[in-house]
Amino acid sequence: MRKKEMIAMLLAGGQGSRLGVLTSGQAKPAVPFGGKYRIIDFAMSNCVNSGVDTVGVLTQYQPLKLNQHLGIGTPWDLDRRNGGVTVLAPHMKTDDGAWYMGTADAIYQNLDFIDQYNPEYVLILGGDHIYKMDYSRMLTFHKQNKCDVSVAALTVPWEEASRFGVMNIHDDSRIYEFEEKPPNPKSNFVNMGIYIFRWDLLRDALERDKKIHPDSDFGKHVLPMLLNEGKRMFAYPFSGYWKDVGTIDSYWAANMDLIQTVPDFNLYENFDKIYTDSDHQPPLYTGSNSEVKSSIIAEGCEVLGKVFNSILGPEVIIEEGAVVRDSILMENCYVGKNTIIDRCIIDTDCTIGDDVQIGVGENTPNSYKPGIYDTGITVIGELSTIPDKIQIGKNCVIYGKTKPEDYADLRLESGNSIVKKLNANGVRA
Amino acid sequence: MRAVGIILAGGKNERMGELTKFRATSALPVGGCYRAIDFPLSNMTNSGINKVAIITQHNSRSLHDHLSSPKWWDLGSKQGGMFVFSPYQTGENSMWFRGTADCIYQNLTYLRRSNEPYVVISSGDCVYKMDYNEMIAYHERKNADITVAYRQVPDNDDIRQYGVIEIDAAGRITDLEEKPLEPQSDLASLGVYVISRPLLIELIETIVNEGRYDLVRDLLSRYRKRLRIYGYRFDGYWRNLGNIHSYFDCNMDFLRREVRNDFIVQHPYVKTKPKDEPPAKYNSHAHVTNCIVGSGAILNGSAYRSVIFRKVYTGENSTVTDSILMEGTYVGNNCVIEYAILDKDVILHNGARIIGTIENPIVITKGQEVRL
Repeated sequence: MRKKEMIAMLLAGGQGSRLGVLTSGQAKPAVPFGGKYRIIDFAMSNCVNSGVDTVGVLTQYQPLKLNQHLGIGTPWDLDRRNGGVTVLAPHMKTDDGAWYMGTADAIYQNLDFIDQYNPEYVLILGGDHIYKMDYSRMLTFHKQNKCDVSVAALTVPWEEASRFGVMNIHDDSRIYEFEEKPPNPKSNFVNMGIYIFRWDLLRDALERDKKIHPDSDFGKHVLPMLLNEGKRMFAYPFSGYWKDVGTIDSYWAANMDLIQTVPDFNLYENFDKIYTDSDHQPPLYTGSNSEVKSSIIAEGCEVLGKVFNSILGPEVIIEEGAVVRDSILMENCYVGKNTIIDRCIIDTDCTIGDDVQIGVGENTPNSYKPGIYDTGITVIGELSTIPDKIQIGKNCVIYGKTKPEDYADLRLESGNSIVKKLNANGVRA
Repeated sequence: MRAVGIILAGGKNERMGELTKFRATSALPVGGCYRAIDFPLSNMTNSGINKVAIITQHNSRSLHDHLSSPKWWDLGSKQGGMFVFSPYQTGENSMWFRGTADCIYQNLTYLRRSNEPYVVISSGDCVYKMDYNEMIAYHERKNADITVAYRQVPDNDDIRQYGVIEIDAAGRITDLEEKPLEPQSDLASLGVYVISRPLLIELIETIVNEGRYDLVRDLLSRYRKRLRIYGYRFDGYWRNLGNIHSYFDCNMDFLRREVRNDFIVQHPYVKTKPKDEPPAKYNSHAHVTNCIVGSGAILNGSAYRSVIFRKVYTGENSTVTDSILMEGTYVGNNCVIEYAILDKDVILHNGARIIGTIENPIVITKGQEVRL
């Protein structure tokens, strides 16, 4: 392998359990976003747009869709002879083998992958944020300050700082303290989970920390250890759009950011584009009686009904008389005639029958997982079916091929769930 | 693999006016995000043909731009692949391709170095979906030397612009006349042929050495009695982009559900070069009905019965009716467009009006700016 100045290691193994059924069949980085994208596309595209041409993607939880999406890296021009994208899954070794126990442990278990490229620097990224960032500028900052470690830092409003990992810095941006969710933050600089390390330093740190912590983690163990040893750690200031989409509500809100007339996060610029896997990308069609306003509609959709303030993924069909409001419909969903959908997230390949109503009634939190579904948004898992004439409330969860007899009186009241178990054929029915 | 492909995409078309001033007919944008050549090229790969030559000449830049990488048509392989042939100079001579037979002759090495028994030839400027395997099977069943795909031309289409064939009861072609004054049938050749590879090499060498360079006139027509040439009837959707009207109608056809079903919904899909545009954006005053819209479009105004390509922008209070807006067109506020074809990157300043008629759609040249 040829030497690379910097390679990226993208941590994409997390479940993202607060996204509820959206992550029951796929890892959080694979969750569709903004109509045609998946969450990981933002970090992947940032790498390419920053000139980072070697990306190791660490997968663990439900990797099938992620692996298919990444392929050999073609969507990001990472199908390269030297470098490109490599999927790094947990694996057996001669005398042992283990799952990735922590973020730093995942990198530790792939030391030999990084060694092959003999890089000067390693960029550590998460795969679950929506943002555009030029990592090459961060590298320049890293070199200018002769850093051992640089940590990307976002300035947040002071009242929100206590929800994050806060970094306390000197005037020259040198970090002297990390505080995890401090009640009285001393700074509003928060850790974005994006690090550049000198590779020799990181390699040594990972080996040492692994001996102490089997679940070696960057935020909990490696960074504090290096800080205690007096290493030069600097906060790289980032300004711009950056959204965590870890909860149903924040996921919904970040999608809705895209439909403003002039969005804060603009995907329509000709530079620093976001790339994704779009193998089949026909135009969309809006029919003679259709009405579409304040929405983004991906390729191949057929809209015969009405769509307002919504995001449609590729190849969604909205039949005549149907109305979709304030909702997110992912790839290949079908919405039958005269169905009305309000504030709903519908995962891929769902079929909603005729004359269905979703999002009616009181805002009662979900009885099964009240902490996850409590903002009035009803969520429907992938490959689900809802029969004709069903009425569904708010904060409901439906997952699986439901039949009329699954509903009392063809109704599902707010806060209730129908989650089908996988049967012998691998179908939730 | 049983066949190699050749797509003839070098021809010049005078009846397309400004639309082909800077581009090959095969590179004409069709259906919101495709180029004409995507249709025959996708037919090739969807029929399992993994070695395809594309012969270019007239305004080839536009086509070479589109064909930047074979991987978008699944032809980025070590075995087979996509070959783009343009005229070139040699030690002895420097000449253009002198005709459809000559362009194959000048690239005969491509055929000699292949091992597949058949060659499928298609023109590059036709919009259709065909499984060539069925045509090859028919060719074998008839024990034909050459098989020519044809269709029955509907009454509302002028047959005199096509190659007209006559066939006998067994399906054998008895006569073939290019653009006849007095057509003897309503059957038109589609410019899609199946022929055995060694026979094609032999025939092309023979006729070119006699100073004959045209595939239809000098080969098919001249050899119709000596060779067993059969007609293969095709009943699917088919359009030749022969003039501005057929180009306009072909695009408008995509507003019909059965045409979208054929090309967009039904497998196998038409492949094209991806452009990584975000989803189309309908803003709060958009009113867009009976339109197809490409990705990356931002719509603020009204649009009816129109084909809107990728990255089109329409301003507030603008109205687009019965028109084709190609990629990157910018329509300012308060514009009115009727029966018009706006070529790529046209800029309409606020209040501009472009009103054509159904008989005479107005064409605005690529990159032109139009003011009130």
